[in-house]
Amino acid sequence: MKRSNAPIFWTLFGAGGMLSALIGPMLVLITGIAVPLGFLLPADLMSYPHMLKFAQHWAGKAFTFAVVSLFLWHGVHRIFHSLHDLGLKTATGAKLTCYGVALLGTALAAYSLLVIGF
Amino acid sequence: MNETHKVIAIEVLRYRPELDEKPFFQTYQVPFTEEMSVLQGLLYIKDELDGTLSFRWSCRMAICGSCGAMIDGVPMLGCHTFLRDYYPNKVRVEPLAHFPIERDLVVGADDFIGKLERIKPYIVPKEPRTLAEGEYLQTPAQLERILQFSSCINCMLCYAACPQYGLDPAFIGPGVLALLHRYNADSRDAARADRMQLVNAEEGVWSCTAVGYCSEVCPKGVDPANAVNQNKTASAADYFLHWLPKGSGK
Repeated sequence: MKRSNAPIFWTLFGAGGMLSALIGPMLVLITGIAVPLGFLLPADLMSYPHMLKFAQHWAGKAFTFAVVSLFLWHGVHRIFHSLHDLGLKTATGAKLTCYGVALLGTALAAYSLLVIGF
Repeated sequence: MNETHKVIAIEVLRYRPELDEKPFFQTYQVPFTEEMSVLQGLLYIKDELDGTLSFRWSCRMAICGSCGAMIDGVPMLGCHTFLRDYYPNKVRVEPLAHFPIERDLVVGADDFIGKLERIKPYIVPKEPRTLAEGEYLQTPAQLERILQFSSCINCMLCYAACPQYGLDPAFIGPGVLALLHRYNADSRDAARADRMQLVNAEEGVWSCTAVGYCSEVCPKGVDPANAVNQNKTASAADYFLHWLPKGSGK
């Protein structure tokens, strides 16, 4: 039987799932609630100069890249398999669209993180 | 049976290929006692009400795996399910989902049996062993790895539960993958490489989307979802290692 290339997508999905389970809620709290409401954290924590500095540091770059790309790979894998559950049998188009979005997002994240410099 | 018995309506999906164009429901009024199983209800129908009803059964004690059916839409063993739990409502009995109906509650198991044969469901020793060498020794930890998976009775309830098998019957499916794992994880076995070719395919573990209903319906406490998950990890490792030059991996 033909070996499936699913392990590539599954390991990215798994890594994204692990990462989102570990830090997703915390990110929602910080970026969506605490900072905008000025609650627990200073309101200028995520100001443009702060975030630029963050994204220019190598650790900030690594963190941002991992969060953006792995969350995306995780999300599209789930969407793809949900489409399959809904009965999309010849799912080549869906597969290309889903994983294409993740690939594009990954490339964009890498590009953007590089052009903002160090 | 006396008049004090309660009576339950059992609605059975009938299909006799030589008579019926398509399956239809037939309802029987069955007197029952507290300890009567759905299988015993079917046996009552066959003996007392309608001898033309066909269904598989043998042991009546959840060992043979023959009497699986959709009971009120849930894959269950007829012998392991009690009429009292449905009374005063009726109980609906249909053949196992996702399998072709051969006759009434009897489904065709050819696909399942074919898959079962392909995984080599037996221990393949590393080398022939003489009697003088004695028995294989296994530690409790080695036994623990395979024990629950060896409880499978091939009743196919997990196949009726699996939405992915329903969508695409090319999927090897939960029960056979659990048994595959039972042999691959056995310290006495040496056929892992052969079986991994089945695991690694799209029709192997990669058709599973981790729904987990297979493990819920298993009447023997086997956890096929866990076996599949362990083999997704094993297959991913196998996938990335096969790119390494020969001999550098395991």
